[in-house]
Amino acid sequence: MKKRWWKILCVVLLVYVILGALLFEVPRLAILNETIRNLHFHVTMWFGMIILLTVSVVYAIKYLRSNKIEHDHYSVEFANAGVLFGILGITTGAIWANFTWGEPWSGDPKQNSSAIALLIYLAYLVLRNSLEDQQQKARVSAIYNVFAFAALIPLLFILPRMTDSSLHPGNGGNPGFNAYDLDSRLRMIFYPAIIGWALLGTWLVSLRVRIRKIKTALED
Amino acid sequence: MKKYLIIFLLFLSLSAFAQDGAYSITDKDYGNTSVEMADSMRSNGKIYVVVAVVMTVFIGLIGYTIVVDRKISKIEREVFTEKVNS
Repeated sequence: MKKRWWKILCVVLLVYVILGALLFEVPRLAILNETIRNLHFHVTMWFGMIILLTVSVVYAIKYLRSNKIEHDHYSVEFANAGVLFGILGITTGAIWANFTWGEPWSGDPKQNSSAIALLIYLAYLVLRNSLEDQQQKARVSAIYNVFAFAALIPLLFILPRMTDSSLHPGNGGNPGFNAYDLDSRLRMIFYPAIIGWALLGTWLVSLRVRIRKIKTALED
Repeated sequence: MKKYLIIFLLFLSLSAFAQDGAYSITDKDYGNTSVEMADSMRSNGKIYVVVAVVMTVFIGLIGYTIVVDRKISKIEREVFTEKVNS
């Protein structure tokens, strides 16, 4: 385990986040009640997903420039971890919505567009597996990755804000980023949570990339 | 260097978005006792049971991840030193 300081940082941050998110004082808001603590678990999943998918598209572009297969390994594994975070985000969102908005899926613009974004990325993983040749697989999926990312950003950040009605804070004609992370006491857990979850995702990525490297070494 | 500066400035611009939220939380929200919260759970001290359970699950999962990490390191050492020797 070379260079393990970031793994230790990840565990320390997440221990702090879980303790802080469950125990620290939170604003007492109607309807939300204690569920505001989900901010540190549900919302951070999406931030983690964005970070992981951004790294994935960077590696896709790097692959297209260099044709090095390692870059493709990183690209697909970061996309895998990003999709995992996205699925966790949409599931936790449905649980939270069930108790605060009254139903798990209310066709909220942000819910719909994040579901579409996830389907685009699932199609990426299916597309990869349908190709045989390694270089062809890497090139086609790298190009698809760029387009998927280009669709992801407007789907999550622009289209939900152009609608008139969204239950998500900071959406539906409202340019606000997120009303709840404006509060400095919530931010003290929220930002470390984003870093912690993103690091955990990266850790899982590194494990799977190393397995891929061993596999390719054994194949040669 | 220029690259990092641009990334830094992009992050800075995020805070520009953050300024005009529809609802902003004030200190009054922290003391608003008319909203029901898990106060009884806290006064009984039972919330710490939940915290302990969640922490145990989390530590367990992290411990397992560390074990997998070490195993992969071991296999890496075997595979890559073998290649050098052969």
